[in-house]
Amino acid sequence: MSVATPPIETQRQAAPFRASHGGGPPFRLFGNDGEPEPWQPGRTPQRTYALGMMVGIGASSMFFLALVSASVVHRGLAQNAWMPFHLPSLLWLTSALAVASSSTLVRARRKFKAGDWQSFSRWWTITAVLGICFLSGQVLAWRQLVSQGVYLISNPSVSFFYVFTVAHGLHLLGGVIALFWISWRQSRGWRKSPGISRSTATSVAALYWHFVTVLWLFLFSFFLIGG
Amino acid sequence: MSAHAHSFHVSEAPTGFIRKYIFSIDHKVIGIQYFFLALTAVLVGVVLSVLMRIHLLWPAAKLPFIPNGIMTPAQYLALVTMHGTLMVFMVLTTAPQSGFGNYFLPIQIGAPDMAFPHLNMLSFWVTFVSFLCLISAFFVPDGAPISGWTAYTPLSGMGQISGPGEGWGQTMWIVSIAFFCLGSLLGALNFIATIIDMRAPGMSLFRMPLTCWGWFVTAILGLLAFGILLAGGVLLLLDRTAGTSFFLPAGLVVTDQLQPHSGGSPLLWQHLFWFFGHPEVYIAILPGMGVASHVLSTFCRKPIFGYKAMVIAMNAIGFLGFMVWGHHMFVSGMNPYSGFAFSIMTMAIGVPSAIKTFNWLSTLWGSKIHFDPPMLFALGFVSLFVSGGLSGIFLAQPAVDNLLHATYYVVAHFHLVMGVAAIFGIFAATYFWFPKMFGRMLNEKLGKIHFWFTFVGAYCIFMPMHFLGLVGGIRRYADYTAISYLQSMHPLTMFITFAAFVTAIAQLVFLFNFFWSLKRGPKAGKNPWNATSLEWITDSPPAHDNFGGQYPSVYRGPYEYSVPGAAQDYIPQNLEPSQVAREGRS
Repeated sequence: MSVATPPIETQRQAAPFRASHGGGPPFRLFGNDGEPEPWQPGRTPQRTYALGMMVGIGASSMFFLALVSASVVHRGLAQNAWMPFHLPSLLWLTSALAVASSSTLVRARRKFKAGDWQSFSRWWTITAVLGICFLSGQVLAWRQLVSQGVYLISNPSVSFFYVFTVAHGLHLLGGVIALFWISWRQSRGWRKSPGISRSTATSVAALYWHFVTVLWLFLFSFFLIGG
Repeated sequence: MSAHAHSFHVSEAPTGFIRKYIFSIDHKVIGIQYFFLALTAVLVGVVLSVLMRIHLLWPAAKLPFIPNGIMTPAQYLALVTMHGTLMVFMVLTTAPQSGFGNYFLPIQIGAPDMAFPHLNMLSFWVTFVSFLCLISAFFVPDGAPISGWTAYTPLSGMGQISGPGEGWGQTMWIVSIAFFCLGSLLGALNFIATIIDMRAPGMSLFRMPLTCWGWFVTAILGLLAFGILLAGGVLLLLDRTAGTSFFLPAGLVVTDQLQPHSGGSPLLWQHLFWFFGHPEVYIAILPGMGVASHVLSTFCRKPIFGYKAMVIAMNAIGFLGFMVWGHHMFVSGMNPYSGFAFSIMTMAIGVPSAIKTFNWLSTLWGSKIHFDPPMLFALGFVSLFVSGGLSGIFLAQPAVDNLLHATYYVVAHFHLVMGVAAIFGIFAATYFWFPKMFGRMLNEKLGKIHFWFTFVGAYCIFMPMHFLGLVGGIRRYADYTAISYLQSMHPLTMFITFAAFVTAIAQLVFLFNFFWSLKRGPKAGKNPWNATSLEWITDSPPAHDNFGGQYPSVYRGPYEYSVPGAAQDYIPQNLEPSQVAREGRS
């Protein structure tokens, strides 16, 4: 092919070469804290883990949205059968624990960015422990209900409450496991691998943790307004 | 291969049998696993439908696979349930999206794999467990559930007492669906992340093949819809096992026993189910639309007509699909005003659907059509989608639907538009991509025989069903010999059953062709169809990392066929503009 020939124009004009990769991460708030990464074919970009988590949070939100609208519709369809009950007072304490765990996590991440590994690891563990306290609090709240004679099958209003709290508790349990997994890998020096980097793992776990906290606050206020 | 290709070596291919073929994280192997899962499911599903057709004609016939030989009405309903569930979930959702999507999405966008390969493996195995749970419903005491693939409450919520198959069978069914939801959610997450972040340099969203757009919109629908069904399934399972009353009202008396439940609403299940169920219809059909567009353009040797309009129409269909669930519930006693709103929204879907249809026809207009088997099936897809879709406009009227809802008219409608059309999309994809997946060509003659028998057969089965429905032929009845007004329809029913036999037998041609060509078919080169998208620049079958370390850059859209002035009638997406040969030069 001769050099002088102008390139052929296709029907959809070949736009100037534009790399779809190599820009800054779209989720700076939660994504990779490091420099924008150059495109590496064969690698999953680090920011994709944050994206995947956002998408997963979307799916999870749809699950809870379905339950919330089911309970709203249920109340509308079966008005006479819907019996309100007293929320366990313990839920105020667990809500405080949830908020506290999110703020300790913010602290941990700040220490991580500053490179202060020891403080990071301390705040990170405190967060996980607060998560466990939250879960124990929820179990005690269920016992409080049971001691009042309010069981899963007493009434749809109670059934929904149990479903919401158990589903949320399972989400939080997943978060606790993720936090411990990261600490464990951290303690072994985070062997280099083509997978998720240390910085991405902490930020993605934090993203999830904050989601679970916000989810709880949403559910709790839903109970307060609806209960 | 363009000079700007990026040379990289990702990871070594696994060598052990288990890591390579069973617990593989290679999207190509996972795609094939999904494909064979769907193939197994479709065979079971077809056998079930043939058994049902035989029973409808000869209610006293001794049948294979049926305990005691002669089918009871409850067993008939169990077959209806399992046929529907297998086909909708394990075939129509699994094959086009998880099967072909998994295999070809990363290759078509120039990526080495899905964004999260381990998650991908997990989603397949969760789906596999779901399949095992579903099949196990046949073998538990009292057999499979009788409540249909929609599992309407209260029938599905009360357990053993409400009928055979409503004990263990129904429980296994719900467990299976819950697993399926989880697997599909993980898959959808992976698809979305892959499309957003793993595209090769130059592969802008509007340069993706329409197949990728189909998978993308489907993944978004799946992500939003399967969580809803999962929530509904959890509540239903609690109603059955823990004694809650989400869907079960007070005062139910079953076989003279007052049920303990109180305060639930059966309608709530219908809302939750159909809020998932309608998007599910588009989950089944959108990948087929993508494949049909892709194949039509390739075998017309013409750019697809209105690429952007096609993309927008797909997104519009996906968006509107979430607002029409109520049209499945016109007979539930809903407020006529909401029925009216759902009716308007439903007919609105006709607009993007028509845009797609006219664009397909405009692509065909004035082109030199190559009638290879993939093209035949793509044309069949368009034909069936139109024939099945048109009856949807009638059914979208609440007044008409009230009359026809429980009849074969609806059965005919959704089988044509969602079932057979989507199956034709799957067949088009199979004939089109088989050379890439297995490195060998399918036999063309057998492919054409398969097409004509299936195409004519499908119309012979489902067109007469419209008439059967119009005269009041009620669906789900195991035996209509005692209904006097349907006796005159007996010859028609006989015709449908024989058409079903012939169509089912014609599938053996496909199976023979598939497995014979797997071993004996002529070797396929890299690009047997002279197509432009990225899967055709790599080996057949592709290397472990898809491009053998030479990752492509993309310079143009996916449908550059018959470009004026170009020497070849197709210009691959990765060819640098300066390297495109001109007419009359070497």
